[in-house]
Amino acid sequence: MQYKSVIEILGAIKKKDISSSELTRYYLNQIKEKDADLNCFITVTEEAAISKAQEIDNEISKGVIKPLSGLPIAQKDIFCTKGIKTSCGSKMLDNFISPYDATVIEKLNNAGTIMLGKTNMDEFAMGSSNETSFYGPVKNPWDKDYVPGGSSGGSASAVAARIVPCSTGTDTGGSIRQPASLCGICGLKPTYGRVSRYGMIAFASSLDQAGLFTTDALDAAVLLKEISGHDPKDSTSSNVDVPDYYNYCINNDKKAFTIGIPDEFINDLNEDVKKSFYDAVKILEGIGCKIKKIKLEHTGLGVSAYQVVAPAECSSNLSRFDGVRFGHRSDKASTLEELYRESRSEGFGKEVKRRILVGTYALSAGYYDAYYLKAQKVRNLITQDFNNAFNDVDLILGPTTPDKAFKIGEKMNDPIAMYLSDVYTVSTNLAGLPAMSIPMGFKDKLPLGLQIIGNHFDEKNILKLCHLYQKETDWHIQEPNC
Amino acid sequence: MWETVIGLEIHVQLATNSKLFSSSPTNFGAEQNTQASVIDLAMPGVLPVLNRKAIDMAIMFGLSVDAKIADKSIFARKNYFYPDLPKGYQISQYEHPVVHDGKLSINVDGNEKIIGITRAHLEEDAGKSIHDLFDGKSAIDLNRAGTPLIEIVSEPDMRSSKEAVAYLKKIHSIVRCLGISDGNMEEGSFRCDANISIRKPGEEFGTRAEIKNINSFKFVESAINYEVERQQDILESGGIVEQETRLFDPKKNETRPMRSKEEANDYRYFPDPDLLPVSITEDEISVIKQYLPELPDVKRERFIKEYTLKNDDAEILSSSSELSDYFEQAAKTSTSEIQLLANFILSEVIGLCNKNNLDISQATVSPEDIAKLNNYIGDGKISMKQAKEVLSESWESSVSVDQIIKKNNIEQISNPDLLTNVVKKILEIHPKEVQDYKNGKEKLMSFFVGQIMKETHGKANPKIINQVLIKLLKGV
Repeated sequence: MQYKSVIEILGAIKKKDISSSELTRYYLNQIKEKDADLNCFITVTEEAAISKAQEIDNEISKGVIKPLSGLPIAQKDIFCTKGIKTSCGSKMLDNFISPYDATVIEKLNNAGTIMLGKTNMDEFAMGSSNETSFYGPVKNPWDKDYVPGGSSGGSASAVAARIVPCSTGTDTGGSIRQPASLCGICGLKPTYGRVSRYGMIAFASSLDQAGLFTTDALDAAVLLKEISGHDPKDSTSSNVDVPDYYNYCINNDKKAFTIGIPDEFINDLNEDVKKSFYDAVKILEGIGCKIKKIKLEHTGLGVSAYQVVAPAECSSNLSRFDGVRFGHRSDKASTLEELYRESRSEGFGKEVKRRILVGTYALSAGYYDAYYLKAQKVRNLITQDFNNAFNDVDLILGPTTPDKAFKIGEKMNDPIAMYLSDVYTVSTNLAGLPAMSIPMGFKDKLPLGLQIIGNHFDEKNILKLCHLYQKETDWHIQEPNC
Repeated sequence: MWETVIGLEIHVQLATNSKLFSSSPTNFGAEQNTQASVIDLAMPGVLPVLNRKAIDMAIMFGLSVDAKIADKSIFARKNYFYPDLPKGYQISQYEHPVVHDGKLSINVDGNEKIIGITRAHLEEDAGKSIHDLFDGKSAIDLNRAGTPLIEIVSEPDMRSSKEAVAYLKKIHSIVRCLGISDGNMEEGSFRCDANISIRKPGEEFGTRAEIKNINSFKFVESAINYEVERQQDILESGGIVEQETRLFDPKKNETRPMRSKEEANDYRYFPDPDLLPVSITEDEISVIKQYLPELPDVKRERFIKEYTLKNDDAEILSSSSELSDYFEQAAKTSTSEIQLLANFILSEVIGLCNKNNLDISQATVSPEDIAKLNNYIGDGKISMKQAKEVLSESWESSVSVDQIIKKNNIEQISNPDLLTNVVKKILEIHPKEVQDYKNGKEKLMSFFVGQIMKETHGKANPKIINQVLIKLLKGV
């Protein structure tokens, strides 16, 4: 592909160097060629994509150019898409055709993007390896024996494999940043409330946030502007103004960022990851950043608190999947209780059931205070740690994951080990902060990610720092041979 | 020797145009599932957005029962599975309800009593399961799902079914007066659960039974009376009252078990992460206070003072704003004694409403015409009997009372000179009766009145007839 980024694609379409239809066909062919193996897609919407591309070409010929006119994109199958199967990676919704569009989908459609299809994911976004999907595991394009991470594994793998230029994801405990790190691309999780959650199938409502996968930080800047903003349909979405992230990133203001590195993020790192990380730190120092050691005392409790709050909310959020109005309905049931029991037993996979059980327990009478309430208190402490840190530093830096990707099957029978791959990502969800993972090197030919955490609604400075780093490095333009 | 202890939980459907968390309409009786949006159907990915109007209505209620209004109120999820509960949880309030610590005074047999109101919180109604539409299958109608309710929880302060009914009626008249609910009990807009226990006076509270979903004042009384007797029988025969939820069957006039304490759901309440805490400012509260209508109790006192009405009549006339508006509209143009006007409205107009199954707001005779009729009676222009006839004809035909009086030539002869001639004539043709009367058969008075009425086609003023008769009979 001669165009290496979203920005190059948008420029080429605008200049009519290439039509939206040509571009769409190119990517659809890439998907045909490579996805049988990678398994990034649950649904490819070929016909709709071609017809939308023609529509956009017509508009362009009439001089109508929208912010993202003609840009092909893949949508995580957690976003409801009108008239198109929206499975959330689950047998439960294998037959579900959404009657409406999620706000993110609506905004991207209106901005002129061409949806190529719906991407594979861990079932109901519960997983860190994309192995819990009803539609089978997704493969890491750098080495197909390895996982791409999860839960947004399909979206990440597809962008890394260059079979789509960009995609959407959702991040509840690291589900954008962790797969971005493992696949060697950019993954941005905005501030909680920056992007509407309406139409995004809920896993843990107080943690879920929609975000983006791209190869270049500037691409994420362009896309973020289009999906952000208050949505009257989501009471938790924010009124804070949406800046022009792209222009902020490319303007020439020298920004001498003060960057904090928490001890808690680097103490237990293995030598390879540590080396890549400090190489990245050196580059940032080279462009004028000041580095400061900081402490996030309670961040070590993040995974524990997360594993109470997220299952608790999920146990309630997933109650609507009862076989009554939509989704899987067991044909073995003859009473109401059997209808619930059989439909849910058949429709949900093992990890989803595990979390529903844990969450139900955590909210039960007599246990609520000991688990849910205590986890919320830990959450407040973690948030307080970050707030204190941001009094002294502009951004916080660390590795995204403790290690490179693991092998398919390696952690499937060890949920605790699986949960720990989110150890550096969950605290930002608990605190509602924005964070981004960008590639910072390789270990054994598998990518490693650098995580940049910002203060609430400070995506612009995260993006700017990532852009400045990517001007000095070429990790993000290296492509897997798949 | 037993003391009854009653607490009520009243569910009041709020008269908002749209649902508590979606923009679907809330009309009653629409075709099944036509008022259910993707949000009411709990489609994957949808989110609730609070209808702030419901908060205002809850505040109005709170201010009317002297309650505290929370500055920060929180919605919580009440989790349980039921087919007419689409999300698998009901959005309700647990900690931090909008309204708490209120009170209300009731009057039973002339005794005033204060009933504490623990809290009033907002929640969404469930849909309906219909079991008799398809053979062997249940159907779900989600039109009602998401309709806003306030649940008003009393302290266990009531000691008899009469007090419970008085309290319930008082709440009913308040929510109707505020215009926050139509209070229609048949359509389920106003229903209550009763917590009932008995004890020996001075002892600890006994074990309670909760009677669910009672939807008429009469049933509340019957259910409580039945339940008290049932518990007395158990305790007096040495048994133990089980803590359980029971249903009232109005056909058999009994309560029967629905579920025991062990079968009770663990609702796993937790704050709904889809909704922000609601903040309520002093400014908002004072604006609402400013527009609060006059409440029934205040109105009753005013009626007694301003119109010198009897307490019982003032109580009834102030119980609904439609009725009090009608009364006050009539009172404006009344030239006779207002108590007589009140009597006329309460017996005649309400009588016609009840007979025709209409609400006072649907009365076909205007309050101005009612005032006229009453003024004419007072002036002696027409008799009470004539007034009732005119009212009845006007009610049927919607022709104004003046036109009916004119058309039918209805008037009362009150001129003593005119009547003297008639009386003389009647006495002349009934000499025997005159003699008998004079001999002490005073009952014959009504015979003479009847004859005179007949002669005047009922137009004679009975008061004047009496005066003239007595004068002539004693004078002859």
